[in-house]
Amino acid sequence: MNGVHDMGGMHGFGPVEIEPDEPWFHHEWERRVLALTLAAGFLGEWNIDTSRHARERMPGAEYLASTYYEKWLWGLERLLLERGLVPQAELDARLRDTAAPVRRTGHPRLLTAENVEPLLKKGGNARVNETVPARFAPGDRVVAHNINPTGHTRLPRYARGRAGVVDRDHGVFIFADSHAMGHGPQPQHLYSIRFAARELWGPEVSERDAVYVDLWEAHLDAA
Amino acid sequence: MSDAHDHHGHHHDHEDGSRFSDTELRVKALESLLVDKGLVDPQALDALIDTYETKVGPRNGARVVAKAWTDPAFREWLLRDATAAIASLGYTGRQGEDMVVLENSPKVHNLVVCTLCSCYPWPVLGLPPVWYKSAPYRSRAVIDPRGVMRELGLDVGEDVEVRVWDSTAEVRYLVLPERPAGTEGWSEDELATLVTRDAMIGVARVERPDGKESAK
Repeated sequence: MNGVHDMGGMHGFGPVEIEPDEPWFHHEWERRVLALTLAAGFLGEWNIDTSRHARERMPGAEYLASTYYEKWLWGLERLLLERGLVPQAELDARLRDTAAPVRRTGHPRLLTAENVEPLLKKGGNARVNETVPARFAPGDRVVAHNINPTGHTRLPRYARGRAGVVDRDHGVFIFADSHAMGHGPQPQHLYSIRFAARELWGPEVSERDAVYVDLWEAHLDAA
Repeated sequence: MSDAHDHHGHHHDHEDGSRFSDTELRVKALESLLVDKGLVDPQALDALIDTYETKVGPRNGARVVAKAWTDPAFREWLLRDATAAIASLGYTGRQGEDMVVLENSPKVHNLVVCTLCSCYPWPVLGLPPVWYKSAPYRSRAVIDPRGVMRELGLDVGEDVEVRVWDSTAEVRYLVLPERPAGTEGWSEDELATLVTRDAMIGVARVERPDGKESAK
């Protein structure tokens, strides 16, 4: 979707400010949002791509006005409500009264403390152990599709319709664009595409420089 | 839209102070609800927080870099198969399942960003800092990397090629900075103390403790 989350190349957001000795969290509630989001994710009711798309669906003005973990909270609430894990009425009741009664449902894939370390160490499985023929090879010239899907895509606007060169083939991966939308993993080759800075931004930038974008085969055509 | 959404949108009308407390209340309500419904285990939440507050962080990445500087065979392995080389030091898992290491040199400077969200190599750098996730960095790193780095005190010469890596998939990137001059004979442990998070993202060089920039 052409949302405000797709920020590459925009102007007007001001300077980058690095906070010296930044703490991992600035508020206790940020710790809780991180942990709640990860723990709820392990229930397996959605995948990481769905989760990213949920945050992108936050209305644009609100997205820009929110801090990082506020966006995570918004995305988590959306997914819990949409998957029916939390009824809206129960959430509303809890917001008014922290002792409001709820129906205990439990979950067969509840994340327990002893599973935290092994599951985090194991990580996700975006790479797929399947043999899928590769359409492109390093050195091939390609063009990124000019697409404007209303759903999730990992093809940023600044690269759409632009020509680049395959830098490397990362192997076969779940296709985030379809996986996020519930259309299955559609495993395919993922490539790092080198776009000359001038191809993306015009003649005023350095002719030496380049931006590398990880794109799936479904994003690309031969140039 | 739901009440939950109206409520959330509403809080931005407040001043900063009450906005925070409103969010805090929402989080408390959601956590208590999920615990009572049996959808999250409070001890698992504590274990998750403990992991990212005490067990992972840029010290891990610094060990990878220092080893690459002192062990040519490891450096070669790291550049060829970063996932396996990094795993050999015990750093694996979520948001670092597939790693690529980018080596800086006198001719090439690498910089990592995620323009679409906040993708970042957690096992070796920990959770990303606020600036990495911020609109200014996400918007500008790809269109004006030299300007961003200059503002942060890093001047990259016109004769050096700047490569910006936008983390748009599940591959995670770590920059292998140049080893600072004047550190010949330093041990791996000593070198690791010099390597910063920002150098492994690409917005800083690794400097000697006397503050001198590494020789270009």
